Amino acid sequence: MVLFILRRLGTMALTMLVVSLLLFLLLEFTPGNVATKVLGPYSSEEQRNLWLEAHGYFEPLWYRYGTWLGRFVSGDFGDSIRFKVPVADVLWPRLWNTAILGFWTFAVMIPLSLMLGVLAGMREGSLLDRTISVTSIVTTSIPEFASAVFLAALFVFWLGILPGTSTMSGGFDWVQLVLPVMVLVLYDFGYVARMTRASMAEVMTTHYIRTAVLKGLPYRRVILKHALRNALIAPFTVITLQVNWLLSGVIVVEFFFAYKGFGALLLEASLNQDIFLIEACAMVAVFVAASTQTIADVGYTVLNPRIRFA
Amino acid sequence: MSDEPPLLEIENLCISYFTRAGEIPAVVDFSMTLHAGESIGLVGESGCGKSTVAMAIMQYMGHNGGIVGGSIRFKGRDLASYSAKELRRLRGSEVAMIYQEPMAALNPSLTLGSQLIEVPMTHEGLRRSEAYSRAVEMLSDVRLSDPERVMAAYPHQISGGQQQRVVIAMALLGKPSLLLLDEPTTALDVTVEAGIVNLIADISKKFGTAQIYISHNLGLILSTCERVCVMYSGEAIEEGRIVDLFERPLHPYTQGLFGCIPLPSCDKNARPLTPIRGQLPLPHERPRGCYFGPRCDYFRDGLCNRELIPMSPSDQSGHRVRCLRWQEVPGETPERVVVARERIQVGEEVLRATGLQKYYPIHDRSLAALISGKGVRYVKANETLDFGACVRETVAIVGESGCGKSTFAKVLMGLETATDGELHFAGDEISRSPVRKRSPQQLGSLQMVFQNPNETLNPSHTIGAQIGRVIKKFGVESDPGKIQQRVLELLDTVKLPRDFYKRRPRQLSGGQKQRVGIARAFAGNPKMVVADEPISALDVSVAAAVTELLMDIQREHGTTLLFISHDLSVVRYLADRIVVMYLGQIMERGTTEQVFAPPYHPYTEALLSAVPIADPNVKKREIVLEGNIPSALNPPKGCPFATRCPRKIGDICDNEMPPRKSDHPRHVIACHIPLEDLIKVEPVFRTVAGEAAE
Repeated sequence: MVLFILRRLGTMALTMLVVSLLLFLLLEFTPGNVATKVLGPYSSEEQRNLWLEAHGYFEPLWYRYGTWLGRFVSGDFGDSIRFKVPVADVLWPRLWNTAILGFWTFAVMIPLSLMLGVLAGMREGSLLDRTISVTSIVTTSIPEFASAVFLAALFVFWLGILPGTSTMSGGFDWVQLVLPVMVLVLYDFGYVARMTRASMAEVMTTHYIRTAVLKGLPYRRVILKHALRNALIAPFTVITLQVNWLLSGVIVVEFFFAYKGFGALLLEASLNQDIFLIEACAMVAVFVAASTQTIADVGYTVLNPRIRFA
Repeated sequence: MSDEPPLLEIENLCISYFTRAGEIPAVVDFSMTLHAGESIGLVGESGCGKSTVAMAIMQYMGHNGGIVGGSIRFKGRDLASYSAKELRRLRGSEVAMIYQEPMAALNPSLTLGSQLIEVPMTHEGLRRSEAYSRAVEMLSDVRLSDPERVMAAYPHQISGGQQQRVVIAMALLGKPSLLLLDEPTTALDVTVEAGIVNLIADISKKFGTAQIYISHNLGLILSTCERVCVMYSGEAIEEGRIVDLFERPLHPYTQGLFGCIPLPSCDKNARPLTPIRGQLPLPHERPRGCYFGPRCDYFRDGLCNRELIPMSPSDQSGHRVRCLRWQEVPGETPERVVVARERIQVGEEVLRATGLQKYYPIHDRSLAALISGKGVRYVKANETLDFGACVRETVAIVGESGCGKSTFAKVLMGLETATDGELHFAGDEISRSPVRKRSPQQLGSLQMVFQNPNETLNPSHTIGAQIGRVIKKFGVESDPGKIQQRVLELLDTVKLPRDFYKRRPRQLSGGQKQRVGIARAFAGNPKMVVADEPISALDVSVAAAVTELLMDIQREHGTTLLFISHDLSVVRYLADRIVVMYLGQIMERGTTEQVFAPPYHPYTEALLSAVPIADPNVKKREIVLEGNIPSALNPPKGCPFATRCPRKIGDICDNEMPPRKSDHPRHVIACHIPLEDLIKVEPVFRTVAGEAAE
């Protein structure tokens, strides 16, 4: 088991190394471009060369990659062109904001979708099942920008009980968090709920559930003890993968509600060709993706005894 | 019979499933009475409704099934009047069930202990610690050697036989007065089955539990039950005491069933099997009157097809039969037109395995393995196999699962290559030539019939196209017209109508698909056909027909047949020579007569004793093996059978490979026990009274 986790971590480190190399090659291979991006289109050839010289761009490629990686690992991501401050100073608070948004989205979505999924899967084909299934398909098929507009119209303009922007300019305000979370939950719960439903429905037809029922166990116990544990293995993987989606999927929502999060930052960085910020954001995204994958793998093994001992 | 009310009374029960196609009657007019402590067998082919009856007793029929008529009374009270809560109290404590596949019946992600203790905790409100000690006690009652370890284990960590013992323990923990056993040993190996059957018999004695034993195997019913009820297409067609029914079956179907079982009194040359013609009607295509009518030799138009035929008693002993003409039907298995065949003359040798070995490497990357340096271990699937097969001969390889018989077939077919030794087939050395490197002639002359006919045919191609393709590939014919002609001839050979050419696999029954499989195997005029458990997925009456067909074609074509099976009664019936394998090694080989008579290898002896025989006149010595088959990853150093052998003579068995001994040029036994001692044992089977076997 220890070796298994170590091996997963090793794979994860390797993945990140490969991605970092790709990223580096993609963005920094042509030094001329970097200088243009940093100094702007109106800089002179001489200025660019000076800048390149000063920042070590005439060293061999492997050496440049090495120093780049070294600085990256030690937390020095370079300076942001747009914000004129070190990238780290912008990145961490923004990431924290998105983490808050993500946390509340998960806190609402996971219990909701698991419960609905389990309820639907428990009695496949029942009225409740059909209602939940149809609802989740409908909500999942509405994109975030559409539901954001719709919910904003409903709660902000018509009912007037929620603020339309979530800038948090006057400090953290949970009321401003309600609409973004609502939009994200609405979009994503259907997916997880349907996965859970399918998994639950499959478990309910297995012979060991029949054994449990015919043992004379109360229905509650059959569900809670015998069915859930097996039915939650598949959704667990799906849920951990949703973390990935949250990181990039929040772009629309954050932009719409002017929420100062990671997604909005990524958008701004791309629009302004803020090269070091893009690099940092990309590496963060890769790190999150790789680590959630690792957590999913390890968690799956823990949940499923057949794999654990195999 | 006692005076108290019967434990279970089923009266005119009718069960239907409601599907989009309409109401499908699964069980029609079923009646049965069971007294406390009694055991009754329910026997019939698949789809006859025997499991549906069990589920109805449990009141668990899914959302589309329901009782549409009749009643089930348990201890005098109609089960239909039970509330959900009362049903829950009944299930698991009054009535408990044992299932066909123990692995599927146990929750994979809970420890066995937690699944066991919840029975007494739910029904008797015991505390956890009390329930735990009760469960441990019960596990040792079902003869599991290390109950504490089993309690902490997950289902996949113990063997199939052990799993079934756990399921039995789980059922008994509720102290039920009625136990339903739904094919409890079908998924298990013969020697394991023998142990379970033995255990079940002891349980009914010890706990006085009444049993309903559901099986398709008449031999098992004979050794476990007092009464038996034969079902056909949703109806009970005959019921009576075991001895009466087995010695004097009244219904033509029951008689037909006995004609399909390869009993010791059968012989492929002198007294071949007599299959029942036709096939089981689909539930919505049942004929009027007697459901067995279209397949019955005694069918009389205007009488048997008029109306539903009632069950009527034939005598005072409670022997009942659903047939209008039972008095006119001869009492014994009918002596139908028995065509005694001539004995085949075997020709020269076509297959010879010499010291054949197949190891599968297993790469272990765990920390412990890295430290100890045992990174690669080997599954020893085949170890020094030496045997041959001659032209026109039927050689059977028998053994339990994991004995390496299928691995040998794979090496022979070229799906795997051997790691050592030689394998000569028709003059070529083929042990290391994979299937892709073999010539079309080689491929065509060595073909295979597979176990599961449902999975071997491509569902999206017609039967004709599938057989035709093989003919083309093997270079037998290339002209489309001639190919079609050849396919039609092959369909004739396997006794399928020619219009099956255009049909797709889903329109065929299991037996018909297996006939197509046989036609496909014989398409390239093979010298040798490997049949890997070709009939184990088929019902008794269909299996008999397929067996006979296979032998007829073999005879016609002069083909060598390598028959791989775990079923010794089929093997005894059709094989000329038998190879008994255990854990990758040959324990005994010889002609069928030699293998079935002393001297036996101790494993053969146990294997023979484990075979259930549906003939009350045959008595056998009981040898029940303890323990599990060791893993092929780590086989014993000496004799592979040493860990379970009841006749082990000492350390020599554990430490040294047994020498090969023969009392006859073609009969070899690998055992440390001197031949003189092996010869002294009594035969396993003994025929008492009645008709003697030839």
